[in-house]
Amino acid sequence: MQAVRIALAAAAFAVAAAVPAGAATLRWSSQGDIVTMDPHSQNEGFTNAYLDHIYETLVTRGKELKVEPCLATSWAYVNPTTMRFKLRPNVRFHDGTPLTADDVVFSIQRALSDTSNFKPYLAGVKEAKKVDDLTVDIVTDGPAPVLIPQLTEVRIMSKAWCTKHNVTKPQDFKAKEETYASRNANGTGPYILKSREPDVKTVAVRNSNWWGKMEGNVDEIVYQPIKQDGTRLAALLSGEIDFVLDPPPQDIPMLKQNPKIKVLEGMENRTIFLGMDQGRDELLYSSVKGKNPFKDKRVREAFQAAIDLNAIKAQVMRGLSVPTAVMYAPQVDGYPRDLDRVKPADRVRAKKLMADAGYADGFEITLDCPNNRYVNDEKICVAVAGMLAQINVKVRVNAMPRAQYFPKIQNFDTSFYMLGWGVPTFDSQYALQSLVRTVVPKTADGDYNFGKYSNAKVDESIDKLKTEIDPAKRAILAHQASRIHQEEVGHIPLHFQVIPWAMRSNVTAIHRADNKLTIKWVKIN
Amino acid sequence: MLVVGFIAFSLFNFVGDPVALMLPPEATQADRDAMRTQLGLDQPFWVQFGTFLDNAVHGNFGISLRLGRPVSALLVERLPATLELACSAALLALVVGIPVGVYTALRRYSWVSRALLTTSLVGVSLPNFLIGIFLILIFAVWLGWLPSFGRGDTVMIGAWSTGFLTKSGLKAIILPAITLGFFPVTLIMRLVRAEMLEVLRTDYIKFARARGLSDRAVNFGHALKNTLVPVITITGLQLGAIIAFAIITEQVFQWPGMGLLFVQAVQFADIPVMAAYLCLIGLIFVVINLVVDLLYYLVDPRLRVERSAAAGAH
Repeated sequence: MQAVRIALAAAAFAVAAAVPAGAATLRWSSQGDIVTMDPHSQNEGFTNAYLDHIYETLVTRGKELKVEPCLATSWAYVNPTTMRFKLRPNVRFHDGTPLTADDVVFSIQRALSDTSNFKPYLAGVKEAKKVDDLTVDIVTDGPAPVLIPQLTEVRIMSKAWCTKHNVTKPQDFKAKEETYASRNANGTGPYILKSREPDVKTVAVRNSNWWGKMEGNVDEIVYQPIKQDGTRLAALLSGEIDFVLDPPPQDIPMLKQNPKIKVLEGMENRTIFLGMDQGRDELLYSSVKGKNPFKDKRVREAFQAAIDLNAIKAQVMRGLSVPTAVMYAPQVDGYPRDLDRVKPADRVRAKKLMADAGYADGFEITLDCPNNRYVNDEKICVAVAGMLAQINVKVRVNAMPRAQYFPKIQNFDTSFYMLGWGVPTFDSQYALQSLVRTVVPKTADGDYNFGKYSNAKVDESIDKLKTEIDPAKRAILAHQASRIHQEEVGHIPLHFQVIPWAMRSNVTAIHRADNKLTIKWVKIN
Repeated sequence: MLVVGFIAFSLFNFVGDPVALMLPPEATQADRDAMRTQLGLDQPFWVQFGTFLDNAVHGNFGISLRLGRPVSALLVERLPATLELACSAALLALVVGIPVGVYTALRRYSWVSRALLTTSLVGVSLPNFLIGIFLILIFAVWLGWLPSFGRGDTVMIGAWSTGFLTKSGLKAIILPAITLGFFPVTLIMRLVRAEMLEVLRTDYIKFARARGLSDRAVNFGHALKNTLVPVITITGLQLGAIIAFAIITEQVFQWPGMGLLFVQAVQFADIPVMAAYLCLIGLIFVVINLVVDLLYYLVDPRLRVERSAAAGAH
């Protein structure tokens, strides 16, 4: 009898252990923390990616990164400057209140308010109007072809909740207090914020009343930032952490060999490139006086021909890059596939071009470079300097942290610089307008075109792009602009970054080119 | 303190532009100018410094540009973590350093002493973070006994968050305390040894032995007491250094203290936090030096008699 009882007890234990507890917790980490819980306060890629679990948008991106309905089920133009959105019925905020058009209108106004950092995602939007409880009109200044992609980043909050907690505007930095919304959240998303300790730990639990279909099985998300690369990896290896978003590239081979760890690699939609000052008559930081060598196309071509992108990929990036000849990635609408042919490095041709341009003896120049922003940024610059030395160009690499780097180049205080550009809207206009179009101060035109590249025909195509709605025509315009820019070597594209994600082998995740971990798709076995 | 504040504040005009980091890349120049005005960064230097001093005296260090929270609240929140770590390290240094120092002084030629001294060389020459990483590798990754990062679960006692009352908290503080305390242990050990050896050579010790006092009475009753006087001074000053070195240990172990906050502030050019932190550290050093001076005065009876000796004692 005793034996039978013991056997039964053992069987019961076995069954209990075999049944999945259903309480799968994903503990993950990366080097920086989520900046705030307020979805309109700081436009930071990582924070946006996290808040997508708690707050939702009218439209979102699916696994192939194509736009899908989210809180809006359908949309259509009622006239060229008004788009009507039908909202999803029976959606509730985490506090139980229903989502209505009032909340959408309020959120758009909040994102447009003067203390919001999300205005660029509503560029061209004049206002939002309620038509009925489940219908909203968004009115724009003119035709707005990128409105839908832009709306993938405008998160919807509850008007009643914001009013109750006095957070109808995003954080005003002159105020002496932290606002309620930076530590608390009330969204419609698949996860509910449970606790938030800034810089230490943020916990979210599954929303059992979510309207959508959960494809993953994660019930609890625990995020803890770990700044030091070595410590973060140690935590992954010891099993304290299940997922690391940014493993250091030099440790990838070691991680791949570890049977308990899985590495997921995918291309990021970020292009790394070099820019050259073509605006000034004399370069600020070179040994050439009285003229600007970058104004001569042969010099720009020579520089491009001297840089061996495959060598950089093999030696510097350890295989984690995709060399490119264009300024934006394949996932971006308007990507000119036929133009993206990387020519192998040709030092002989480069030397000849330099000689033809009158610089057979080369010259000296300073290359400005960040050292903590892009993958192996400083190492790439040093490699480029080495390659340019082969054509007698003596490059001084001026590397500095991003806090000093970006203010410097944003003041156009550079002759030769490195920059990376991601495209959150997945539309070519975002890249072309900021990087390639002629600079128009105080506007988005050329605001990151620090070399002041300028071509009237390219500007024409880009300006048409701003109001062209038809996707096929948009692709043609983008192609036109890209082709001319490429012929003229306006910039020297280097590569797209490959972003590896590292996780315990029992975790399955879907890689995204915008480096956003979407936990509702994550399965833990 | 005023000088520290001035230097802290003026340095920060050269560390970078927080506005560029706070706004998205597509923000226009108009947006940036607006934010600059909003933050008061467009005022002339003296006005900014004056405002800063005025606010500081009232305990208001402004709002962190990175986190959007009041700096004073941030510092109060992070101070317990750093102080608990620093005090654990200092305690470890004393509890291990003094006995070992005494032992190596009394038994100077034994092989145990020599082994201990060689190990202490390791402590002096290996950098802080390397020791930390080794400890993580051995105890967290290979053995899995202790956590590799963080503070574990903490309990709030009023405004003070303590890690000493939970099991995970106690486990979490072991490796960081050893890492941070390694160098002070070796320092105190060698100091105690050197001081004790010197004291043991003095006349009054010889006379005590001649009088027939037991070894124990001589070594601990007389020699040790006299040894400890300079040790107190050094330890006190070391406490300040421990709090400063905590920056590195906090980074390695992701320990949520003031040091980590400062490093993150530097990377982000979060001026209010950096200025407040430097002022706070300046204050801590000043207070520690004052306490050590007073303690010295109390402990050494000779100083009370010969005032001039106190002035020259350090």
